Amino acid sequence: MAQNIFRSVKIDKEDLMDSDKPKKINRRAFIKGAASTAIAGGAAVTAGCKGKGLLGSSEAFALEFQEYFKTHYRLMTQIEREKTVSRLERIARLKQDMDIKIDTTGPSEKVLYGYAFNVTRCEGYMECVQACVKENNLDRKSNTQYIRIFEMEHGQMSPDQGDGKYFHMVPKEGHFYMGVQCFQCDNPPCVKACPTKATWKEPDGIVVVDYDWCIGCRYCMAACPYWGRRFNWNQPQIPREEITRKQHYLGNRQRVRGMVEKCTFCIQRTRKGKLTACAEACPTGARVFGNLLDPDSEIRFVLENKKVYRLKEDLGTEPKFWYFID
Amino acid sequence: MKKETTLKNGVSFIKDILLWNLSGSIGYQIYLCILICLMLTGVYGYVVQFKLGLSATNMSNIVSWGFYISNFTFLVGVAAAAVMLILPSYIFNDKDLHKVVIIGEVVAVGSLVMCMTFVFVDLGRPLQFWHLVPGIGQLNFPSSLLAWDILVLNGYLALNALIPAYIVFCHYQGKEPVGKYYKPFIFISIGWAVAIHMVTAFLYQGLPARPFWNNPLMGPRFLASAFAAGPAIISLVLHVVNSATDYKIDNKIFNKLRIIIVSAAVINLLMLFSEIFKEFYFPTHHSQSAMYLFFGLEGHNSLVPWIWTAISINVLGTLMLAFNPFRERQVFLMPALVLLIVGIWIEKGIGLIVPGLVPSPMGEIISYSPSHVELFITIGVLGLGMFVVTMLLKPALIIEKRYEDMVGPHQ
Repeated sequence: MAQNIFRSVKIDKEDLMDSDKPKKINRRAFIKGAASTAIAGGAAVTAGCKGKGLLGSSEAFALEFQEYFKTHYRLMTQIEREKTVSRLERIARLKQDMDIKIDTTGPSEKVLYGYAFNVTRCEGYMECVQACVKENNLDRKSNTQYIRIFEMEHGQMSPDQGDGKYFHMVPKEGHFYMGVQCFQCDNPPCVKACPTKATWKEPDGIVVVDYDWCIGCRYCMAACPYWGRRFNWNQPQIPREEITRKQHYLGNRQRVRGMVEKCTFCIQRTRKGKLTACAEACPTGARVFGNLLDPDSEIRFVLENKKVYRLKEDLGTEPKFWYFID
Repeated sequence: MKKETTLKNGVSFIKDILLWNLSGSIGYQIYLCILICLMLTGVYGYVVQFKLGLSATNMSNIVSWGFYISNFTFLVGVAAAAVMLILPSYIFNDKDLHKVVIIGEVVAVGSLVMCMTFVFVDLGRPLQFWHLVPGIGQLNFPSSLLAWDILVLNGYLALNALIPAYIVFCHYQGKEPVGKYYKPFIFISIGWAVAIHMVTAFLYQGLPARPFWNNPLMGPRFLASAFAAGPAIISLVLHVVNSATDYKIDNKIFNKLRIIIVSAAVINLLMLFSEIFKEFYFPTHHSQSAMYLFFGLEGHNSLVPWIWTAISINVLGTLMLAFNPFRERQVFLMPALVLLIVGIWIEKGIGLIVPGLVPSPMGEIISYSPSHVELFITIGVLGLGMFVVTMLLKPALIIEKRYEDMVGPHQ
C-alpha cells in the first residue's frame, strides 16, 4: 500500500514533466503474470472454439480478453501502448469490419491549449455541436453532446439562467448565445475526485480520461461545476458510415457502455496542429482556439486586447476557457 | 483465532453455525424463504441492468447518482451506529448494553455488506472493479474521498466482523476472551465508526460544485441522524430477537436505547432547522436545490411530498420517543421507531442526493424517481442485508445464551 502511494506520487511528477515519454518503471510481476495468463487463456479459448460464436470471432474474444487485463495508460511502456493500439484496431477490423487508426501522439513542448468564445459573434447556429458529435464519435442513440449552446436574454451573464433547449430560427431578437463545454480547468476538481486515477490533466492542459480504466462510479460528474462530463448509460451507437476513423487513444476512439467521457479539445486533431472541430465549424468566427504559450497566437491576442471573463471564477478551478465581448 | 484440539475447534464451530442456521421452526423456514425470494428479485434486477447497462435505471447525466447511492448513504450511518452500543458497554462497562452489543455489531456488518453492494451495483463497469485494488490497480489515495471511503468501510467491516467473531468463538469454547487480544481493537473501532460516517459526509461536503452539499454541517449532521436511526434499527432487531428467540432482552435496554435515540434525534432536528434557516431566510442562487426539494421548481416537484412526509414523521417519531406517553409498551415504542427510521431514510437518502444534483450546474431541472430495476435491486440488497444479519445473529445468540447459562450472568 505504502509502496503504491509512493509509486503513484512519483508517476504524477514524471507525468507532469512529459506524459508521452514511456515509463521507465519496472513492470510489476502481477501485470506480467496477468498478461501471460490472459494470452494463455485467450489462446486456449481460441483453440477450443474455432469460428464465430456468441462473442464474435474467437480471435476477437481472445483480444478482448487480453484487453481486460491491460494496465493504466500512463503506466504503459511504449511497446505496451503499441500493442493495445494494434489489438483495438484488430478488434474493430474483426467486429465491425472497419479500418480505424488509433493514434497515441503525446503533448508537444511549450504548448498549453486555451480557448476563447466571442459572445458578441455567436448566433446560435449550433454547427459546432454537430461537428463535435461527428468528429468525436458521440453516441447518437442518447444524443450525447459535449457542447451546449444557451440562448440568453440581455442582462444575463451566466448560462444557468439561459435556455439550453431553444428550437427556433436564430438569432432571436434581443438575445445572445453562449457556448459551454469542458473548460479544461487548470485545477480540475474531477481529477481530484476520481478514485482510480482514470482521469488526469495532460502537460498541454487537456483533461483526458483513460476510457478503459474508468470504472463508471461517476464521482467526477458530481465534482464538475460546469457539467462538463457525460456518462455512457447505454452502449453507444453510431451509424457505420459516420464513424470518424482517425482516432486518438485519449480522444475520439469508440467508447463502450458504463464509462465517463468528455471534451478533449479534439486531442486527435489539435496534437497534429489542427483546430478543434468546433472552432473549424463555426460559421461566425466566434470560437478562438490556440496555444497560450505562443505570444503570436490569436488566443493570446484576445486575452491581451479584449475584456475577458470566465465562469464561476470564485471556485478557483482556473478554466482555460474565456468569454469575451467585442 | 486460537485453535484447540478439543471437541470444540474451528471446524465444529463452522459446522454448528451452519446447522443452527438451517434448523429452526417452520416460521423461521418461511422467513428464510422470503429472504431468498427478496434476494432473487435483486438478482433478476441486476441481470437486467447488466444486460442493458445503467440505462435500465432512471438516472441521467443530470441526476447521475440516484436511489443506490441514497441507500448507501443511509446505511453507512446505520453501520456507524454500532458505536453507540460499543462505547457504553466496553468503555463505561454498562452491563445491560453489554448483553446486546453483539447484536449492534452484527447489524453493522449487515449494513456494511449492503453499503458495498449498493456501491457495486451503481458502477458502470463492475468487471473493472479491480482497478481500485491497491497493488494491482490504482487507488487515488489520499486525493480522492471515494478512495478514503473504500478504505474506511472495509476496515470497519473487518473490525466489526473479527472482534465479535473472536469473542463468540471463545464463548463457544467455554472460555473467557482475553482482553488484550481484542480490547485495543474495540478502541480503534470506536474512532473508526465516527470516521466512516465523517468520510462519507466529506464525499459530498468536499464538492464546491454542489452548493447544497458543500456545507460544513454535513458531517456532524450525518452522525446525529445516524445515531438516531441506527440504534432505532437495532431496537427493532432486539424486539424481533426478544419475541422470536429465548434470548430475552430486558426493558431497561430498550429504555437506554430510547434515550440515546431521542438525544441524537433532537440534535439532528436542530441541525436540520439550522440548515433550513440558512436556505430560506435570505434565499440566494445557492438555495435553488433546497427550493427544489421543499417546494419544487418549474413544475418539477416529485420530491416535495417525500420531504414533507419525512420531516413530519421525523418530528412525530422524536416527540413520541421523547415524551414516551405509553411508557415501555412496545406496541407504541416500535411504531415510533419505525416513523423515525423512515423519516431519516427519506431525508438522508433521496432527499439529500437528488437535490444536490438538481438543478444541474448549468441550471437545468428534471425530476427523478427510481425505475423498476432500481427498486428490484434495492429490495434484493436489503434482503441480502437481512439475510447476513440473520445468519450471523442466530448462532451468535445461541452461543451467548449457552455461555451465559454456563458461567452465570455476564460479569
